[in-house]
Amino acid sequence: MTSRALRVIEFQTVEYVSGPLVFLEGVHGVQYDETVEIVAPGGEVRRGQVLEVDRSRAVIEVFAGTRGLDVAATRVRLGGDAARLGVGVGMLGRMFDGSGNAADGGPPILPEAFWEVAGLAMNPAAREHPAEFIETGVSAIDGLNTLVRGQKLPIFSGFGLPAAQLSAQVAARASVGGSDREGFVVVFAALGITHREASFFRRFIEDSGALGRTVMFLNLADDPTIERLLTPRVALTAAEFLAFEKGLHVLVILTDMTNYCEALREVSTAREEIPGRRGYPGYMYTDLASIYERAGRIRDHDGSITQLVILSMPDDDITHPIPDLTGYITEGQIVLSRELHRKGIDPPIDVLPSLSRLMNAGIGADKTRFDHRQVADQLYAFYAEGRDLRRLVAIIGEAALSEHDRRSLAFADDFERRFIHQGGAGRSLEETLELAWSLLDQFTTADLKRIHPETIAARRRGKDVPPPDQQADDDGS
Amino acid sequence: MSGAPGRLVRIAGPVVVATGLDEARLYNLVRVGRDRLIGEVIRLDGDEAVIQVYEETSGLQVGSAVEDTGAPLQVELGPGLLGQVFDGIQRPLPPLAVKNGEPFGEPFIRRGVQISALPRDRLWDFVPTVTVGDIVEPGTLLGTVKETATLEHRILVPSRMRGTVTRIQAGEAPVEQPVVWLDDRPLSMMRRWPVREPRPTAGRLDPDAPLITGQRVIDTLFPVALGGTTTIPGGFGTGKTVQEQSLARWAAADVIVYIGCGERGNELTDVLREFPELSDPRTGGPLMDRTILIANTSNMPVAAREASIYTGMTIAEYYRDQGYDVLLLADSTSRWAEALREVSGRLEEMPGEEGFPAYLPSRLAEFYERAGAVRCLGGGGREGSVTVVGAVSPPGADFSEPVTQYSMRLAGVFWALDTDLARRRHFPAIHWTRSFTLYDIGAWFDHNVAMDWEERRRWALELLHREEQLQSVVQLMGADVLAPSEQLVFLVGRMLREDFLQQSAFDDVDAFCSLEKQYEMLRIISLVYETTRRAVRDGVDPEAVMALAVLADVARMRDWPPDEAAERSRELETRIIEDVEAL
Ligand SMILES: Nc1ncnc2c1ncn2[C@@H]1O[C@H](COP(=O)(O)OP(=O)(O)OP(=O)(O)O)[C@@H](O)[C@H]1O
Ligand SMILES: [Mg+2]
Repeated sequence: MTSRALRVIEFQTVEYVSGPLVFLEGVHGVQYDETVEIVAPGGEVRRGQVLEVDRSRAVIEVFAGTRGLDVAATRVRLGGDAARLGVGVGMLGRMFDGSGNAADGGPPILPEAFWEVAGLAMNPAAREHPAEFIETGVSAIDGLNTLVRGQKLPIFSGFGLPAAQLSAQVAARASVGGSDREGFVVVFAALGITHREASFFRRFIEDSGALGRTVMFLNLADDPTIERLLTPRVALTAAEFLAFEKGLHVLVILTDMTNYCEALREVSTAREEIPGRRGYPGYMYTDLASIYERAGRIRDHDGSITQLVILSMPDDDITHPIPDLTGYITEGQIVLSRELHRKGIDPPIDVLPSLSRLMNAGIGADKTRFDHRQVADQLYAFYAEGRDLRRLVAIIGEAALSEHDRRSLAFADDFERRFIHQGGAGRSLEETLELAWSLLDQFTTADLKRIHPETIAARRRGKDVPPPDQQADDDGS
Repeated sequence: MSGAPGRLVRIAGPVVVATGLDEARLYNLVRVGRDRLIGEVIRLDGDEAVIQVYEETSGLQVGSAVEDTGAPLQVELGPGLLGQVFDGIQRPLPPLAVKNGEPFGEPFIRRGVQISALPRDRLWDFVPTVTVGDIVEPGTLLGTVKETATLEHRILVPSRMRGTVTRIQAGEAPVEQPVVWLDDRPLSMMRRWPVREPRPTAGRLDPDAPLITGQRVIDTLFPVALGGTTTIPGGFGTGKTVQEQSLARWAAADVIVYIGCGERGNELTDVLREFPELSDPRTGGPLMDRTILIANTSNMPVAAREASIYTGMTIAEYYRDQGYDVLLLADSTSRWAEALREVSGRLEEMPGEEGFPAYLPSRLAEFYERAGAVRCLGGGGREGSVTVVGAVSPPGADFSEPVTQYSMRLAGVFWALDTDLARRRHFPAIHWTRSFTLYDIGAWFDHNVAMDWEERRRWALELLHREEQLQSVVQLMGADVLAPSEQLVFLVGRMLREDFLQQSAFDDVDAFCSLEKQYEMLRIISLVYETTRRAVRDGVDPEAVMALAVLADVARMRDWPPDEAAERSRELETRIIEDVEAL
């Protein structure tokens, strides 16, 4: 992170230090929200931001934490400007810390511009509606929860669930791009994750040959927690530059937003604000929106920002404020399930609570296939039914089931084992849909309520499969 | 500007405090700082004025100047509103994006930009309906303007004026040019109105007709009256926005005001892209021509989000006063309540339930109370209505939270969206036992659609209720315990749910279902119930009933072309009767 402005004013009037905050007394000329430098007694310089100004008092949040700061010797220099990031195409292939300083041993990049990291709200009237299909190679996503360019889609994960693998897989495949599609550049922001997780991601991308098309911003588990409030904004500023200034398609991966929210709570607590649900601040919705809404496309502009956001649900609880507020902002969610993971289903995506709200815009005859919607709806219907029946069977036993119910029950198992599970291998959309049809083949036209009879007829004719009614007759004779 | 400028003494996010604004009144608009950001005085406390700022406050300093404009937050009203997109304080959004002649050259919203809401240069052909010498009172129709191909914009005498028409200027004029003179005082086509003040009417009317929506679960089971209020609570992804957009598309209203209040940018793009292409089901004109969008998305300033609801409501009332049926859609009132909470939190007010300010219920009540069917000022038998549909986004989909609870008490209709239904893709996910309507408008349907409408509606609700009870029995003891007649309840309950209540908003044919078709579909399902029940009573095995091939056609009734519904249903009726008899 860089600040262009001359530093003119300095104060040595720290009144007290509390949590991540420094309270400054006897100040003047402080701008709300401006970036400042805090000079520790030893001379070390840290960055901070003005959270509130009240007459001659200012509250400053210190990104690197307040350890070692004191009242007597700590000095604060005003920067006179909002936090900015030097941006340029030179960022590609590079690694930065959570504030945007080069952290790979290389020289600082040559900035083409300095952009405010807080970003500005995109004018809704200038947005282009996202509608371009992205093939992720994952059936549960491509087939049932299709991702499109410019969408923001979180992965609701839980401790120990393979969200990192899933996102890395998607990033690797998306950066290559399909035959007639341009690939993505990837902006990866680590928010309080471990070294192991970060290097896993890096290696995966490296192996896929996309490292030169990747920008990494790392705030790791042992990095200052408050810096996490900055990291996603820094990453998105880089992404906006690459997307809307350079016309690139950018896939932004933010992981793990739960750590971000915890940092937000820490600052709120230190400010003694009235807490909202479970101690998180009442403005968390708005704060998260200022990050997630930075995904999108702009009319008459080439690039796009797609966000894949990972968050861990505390206690696997989807109603926890972090997944809850996220789900209220993002355009759907991919939910990982511990139960499926235990069964060995990989990726363990539970499609029932998962959703892509932009799916309809991204699929259909001219984009994926004309039968995509119908097939997806049908798979959902049967799977939901099968899952219900599982619960029922646990109580009353399988004997009481009708023929139809037994088939739905078997379908649910089949669907998980054959369709959802793919063990790391990628599938084309065509393969995904064909697999789906093969699961549906055992049902009669009348059973397939979500699919138009003509679609079924055409399909069964085309594949030279006799209509199932007739099959039944043959069996009977 | 009035009085000497004040000075900022405190800045905390969207809330700032100034001193020295001696003449400022509560709710006056002020201009803050060098960029002259727009703010509103929301509390006066001794020498201090607390101001909520409608734009980002970064860069403000203690000592920055604050000017009082001497007037409250007002909207501009007049021809040129339809088809437009505004932010929460009525700044038109498309012109904000223009830069160097490029329509989207400035896609991010900059601060301190001022653009008037109504286009000033556009000419409107004013056709007077009064003559010189006429004595007019508040609300009297002065003349009309064709605002769109299908909507006649009615220019009325402002609510505080009366007198004699002394001069008229017919023909083309921009909105600010005088067209009529009352006792030599010039009146243009444009009005201003403070958004927080309800516009006056000549009296309320009892709602007696439904707002027809083309959605089966709504029109048949839980209809809303014209001028009524509805609340749609639901967890994320349960279908609030799709429902509001379907209403914007299909509901039988003259004007739609759609308020995207703290929600997603892309959802508004959706409307902006599709509505100009779709046609108004009533007039055939472009759908955008009857629509006004207020877009204050989640990442736009929260104070303007708070105001957006009132901006939208005032515009809705303005068209109501012209004698139109207006539908106001607010997505989501929870985000508005959260904006209140955020501002209240910065003011360090005593929090009430879940941190919301203690005045939340009264603010909500004021909002819903602005809905209604009314007799308009100015006589001539003009009647208009504002119907309100407010989405609610309860945290964790838990309906016991304050916004859902207060809204439920205030609104006449409650469409409870159910997370479980949404997950199994039962859409609209309006739950049939948790939802309700308090409007007693069954008589309208009996009179206008079919005599036994209300009777069939009751039957459907009862059967669904009964099915739910049986479900819990089966969950405990298995399906074996069901008597044959109860198995039929299951069969028909499922039919009602899947073949009648489910309705895809994205299906070309089924997205809209006429009342006639709704009636025929329901009639067929109840016919299935009646005939098979008789058959089972006479000893037919319920399994055989369930295997009837004709039932597949019941599932496909939704695909009937609307104009063939009656004919198709007669044909299906015959087959059902025959096939059941053959058992
Ligand atoms: N009537 C419907 N027909 C078909 N699909 C629907 C319908 N209603 C909702 N859906 C599906 O559910 C998804 C979520 O709906 P929607 O965006 O309206 O939810 P929401 O309640 O507004 O969520 P949020 O509170 O997060 O904004 C849609 O993208 C669509 O896939
Ligand atoms: Mg919504």
